[in-house]
Amino acid sequence: MSEENSKAKKHVTWAEPPQMTLMETLYIPAIAAGIGTTVKRMFGKNETRQYPEVEPEIPPNYRGVHRLNRDDQGRVKCVACFLCQTVCPAKCITIEATATDKTDPNWADRDKYPATFEIDELRCIYCGMCEQACPVDAIELTSIYDLTGLSREEMIFDKEKLLEVFDETTQSGKDPVRTKRGTLGPASEILVDLPDESSSSDHPSS
Amino acid sequence: MISWDYLWPLFVAMGIVLAVVPIAGLYMTFVERKLAALIQNRVGPNRVGPAGLLQAVADGIKIFLKEQVVPNHVFKSIYFLAPTIGLICAMLSIAVVPFGPTEVGEKEGFRAIIAPGIDIGLLYLLAVSGLSAYGIILGGWASNNKYSLYGAIRSCAQFISYEIPLGLSLLGVIAAAGTLNIESIVASQGPGLMHWNVWWQPLAALMFFTAALAETNRLPFDLPECEQELVGGFHTEYSGIKFVLFFLAEYTHVVTVSFLTVLLFFGGWHFPGLTDSVDSTWGGYAVRWCVLLAKVALVIGLIIQLRWTLPRFRFDQLMGVAWKGLIPLGMLNLVGLAVVLTLDLSKWWLAVYSLIIVLLVGIANVASTRRTSTSNSRSNIATDLRSAPYEGAS
Repeated sequence: MSEENSKAKKHVTWAEPPQMTLMETLYIPAIAAGIGTTVKRMFGKNETRQYPEVEPEIPPNYRGVHRLNRDDQGRVKCVACFLCQTVCPAKCITIEATATDKTDPNWADRDKYPATFEIDELRCIYCGMCEQACPVDAIELTSIYDLTGLSREEMIFDKEKLLEVFDETTQSGKDPVRTKRGTLGPASEILVDLPDESSSSDHPSS
Repeated sequence: MISWDYLWPLFVAMGIVLAVVPIAGLYMTFVERKLAALIQNRVGPNRVGPAGLLQAVADGIKIFLKEQVVPNHVFKSIYFLAPTIGLICAMLSIAVVPFGPTEVGEKEGFRAIIAPGIDIGLLYLLAVSGLSAYGIILGGWASNNKYSLYGAIRSCAQFISYEIPLGLSLLGVIAAAGTLNIESIVASQGPGLMHWNVWWQPLAALMFFTAALAETNRLPFDLPECEQELVGGFHTEYSGIKFVLFFLAEYTHVVTVSFLTVLLFFGGWHFPGLTDSVDSTWGGYAVRWCVLLAKVALVIGLIIQLRWTLPRFRFDQLMGVAWKGLIPLGMLNLVGLAVVLTLDLSKWWLAVYSLIIVLLVGIANVASTRRTSTSNSRSNIATDLRSAPYEGAS
């Protein structure tokens, strides 16, 4: 017991509430001061933003609706490697891969591409892990934050819709392509011998 | 003999009250939201109509078109009756309150009061406003819900407690004017600024405002309907138009209280510079009406602002304010008033007396907090450590 007390002597500092003065115990001056504060607030600056008229400034690293990037030839950049589908914690990405037609000169440099690419925007938690996982920088999150829909089906974005988001966002200038432009990423460069990045860093839209 | 000449002013006055009070109530919600927003550095309702002015109308339409939900477990008859009783009692109390300038003893033509020249005015008002507790109590009881009942019981206790300081604070006004008739009380306050009752009865005015605020169940006296502890208090089970009736009753009380504060203590429609008789000219009449309504609007604004300024009372504090604060103060005030009136002293002695009482109470408060802080304020922190010597002890 005494040991405890000596401990308390060392570590406990008592905080007493401040003594009330005469003006405070009369309460009326305090209430008047409170009213003064609220009146002052009334004429102060408003902190709210009038949202639909004034839109917020979205930081460039905002994680909004997804898009599928196009490469410099306008093809879907995705190589259907399934990394994003695998890493997705919400399991909202569904990819069906197809082998490319090797006789087609447009697809000569690619082995696979996604036949379908669906993202359930309602199931997605917008963590951005698909973007991190993608070896060819084909999937990116844009700054679109006001996504709405009338049905669940409408909120499942397919490949065409995701490419459309790419076209819209790059044209509006809000979301420039953030990562390696035009060319496929380093993972695809191992497969196809492309020139170095500096010479091919121009994107049609930029 | 009751003739049409006597009846038509009555019906006109009733029509005005019945039309204006609900609309005023509706718009007070708008003003309240707007003021709340401004105090909290927001903008407030601004979407419906110009500057949001139609918001009140939209709210009204919405709430009238709501589904009438009647829970299975309520006592149906009382459940439906309670909001009506609440609103009727609130409306009844307006009957003796002049809502515009009225001449004492004026018998014919339109007067801005439903029951002109009624000599039991204030007595009737106190009686009817006491009745309005019935609406809340019956509502809470009929809801068959423990939270609603708690709210109703609190409301009952609050009403009983605050009726007493309300009556005590009015005694000074009544004794000074020698009448219960509200028009006569206003007339007794005269045209000058210094004739207003508030200057020589500041304590009574303060007590009246506090007690009346408690009677309206508004913050900081909103214990019967506090969301924090009781879901919604007595109106938890009420929705749609039945809720509106409770709501309207509360706002009607606010209107009545504001009118009474202005009429009894702030000179009613009197204002320095307006010295002629009430209805000598139409212009003077209109100006006096504007003066009265402006004063009432200021008091309503103050009531709304107090809601966003003061923290709520705990229930024991609420009772303490009435029984340990307002009632003894009212008694002391009454003693001073009796002395001043009996000895025929200048009425300004009462103002001095009020100030001295307030100061003495403040000094007593300081003394009591000093004593408790040195002796037993630590007793509830840790009994083990209390006996131990420690550094920094006072």
